[in-house]
Amino acid sequence: MAKTLRSPLGRALGLGSAKEGVEHWWVQRLTAVALVPLSLWFVTSVIALAGADHATVLAWLSRPLVAILMVLLVGTSFYHASLGLQVIIEDYVHHEGAKIAALVLNKLVCFALAVAGIFAVLKIAFGG
Amino acid sequence: MAEFTLPANSKVGAGKTWQAPAGATRIKNFKIYRWNPDDDQNPRIDTYEVDLATCGPMVLDALIKIKNEIDTTLTFRRSCREGICGSCAMNIDGTNTLACLKPIDEIEGDVTIYPLPHMPVVKDLVPDLTQIYAQYRSVKPWLQAESPPPPDRERPQSIEEREKLDGLWECILCFCCSTSCPSYWWNGDRYLGPAVLLQAYRWIADSRDEATGERLDRLEDPFRLYRCHTIMNCTKTCPKGLNPAKAIAEIKKLMVMRR
Repeated sequence: MAKTLRSPLGRALGLGSAKEGVEHWWVQRLTAVALVPLSLWFVTSVIALAGADHATVLAWLSRPLVAILMVLLVGTSFYHASLGLQVIIEDYVHHEGAKIAALVLNKLVCFALAVAGIFAVLKIAFGG
Repeated sequence: MAEFTLPANSKVGAGKTWQAPAGATRIKNFKIYRWNPDDDQNPRIDTYEVDLATCGPMVLDALIKIKNEIDTTLTFRRSCREGICGSCAMNIDGTNTLACLKPIDEIEGDVTIYPLPHMPVVKDLVPDLTQIYAQYRSVKPWLQAESPPPPDRERPQSIEEREKLDGLWECILCFCCSTSCPSYWWNGDRYLGPAVLLQAYRWIADSRDEATGERLDRLEDPFRLYRCHTIMNCTKTCPKGLNPAKAIAEIKKLMVMRR
């Protein structure tokens, strides 16, 4: 670490509090709770569909309730994933440039994947 | 990135062995981290053969015996020898604890002793606590109130309100918890760590304090508070049996409650 003559208290106070973090923490838990029933529903449904042909799965996926739950599952999963990945990056990547690049990449990729997943479900649901 | 290997000048080498005097009956090996800032050498592990037949029961007794009788250059902090000052916090047998409260016979095989993990070392077992003391100061660990106290007595507090401080006031600031926390290792420059957050909560939970809002404001930060990922090393290692993880959880709860 480079030598600094700044006082220890000055260093500890740093740039001050960011006045945020609660929202991130709360939404991470909210999405986690939402994912419990959504994931259980998804896993049991896929097991029930085991061995079904392509047309059956498409027909199942285009039912309104199923399509809605799928959109919720995809959206919540990627939201939750992006929040979690953000924490991991902040924990372990200490090079400022690499950190910002990773954080931006995380947000953009998770958002793009969520949009792609939701688009796929809607395309099937609306008979694409 | 987080550091997973030691830098070249911190790699620990083998040191010398200090043999027990002839006639020793119950020999136990103490393998102790040694580093001297003045000799430009890497840290090393010295082995001291201590005769337990003439040694007190605690690890601190052995350290004092080594310093008095075997090697006067061994450097460590100690004061009260009864777990109330927090000076002799160190990593013993892989766990952060107080040398004065750790019985030697609880340790199987050789006794390994290192300074508190991931702190700058001043010498041997003495860590540099400048930064963590400054972090402690940053939470303003004193009573703040605009209302003047009653002229003829102390600020009143009900029995129930006083009970909320139990499990908090006992903290002696030995920093065993903070230096056991991986999150504090990786981000200790911005994360306050379990000891300081427990102390912050001690004032947040105090019914006589009127600065609760400002205290929460100062903690509301992705790094200062939210680097806690409930790893629980803090609670597991606390030599006073306190629960810093719970104090941090209480702060997080209040953060949500006040929204």
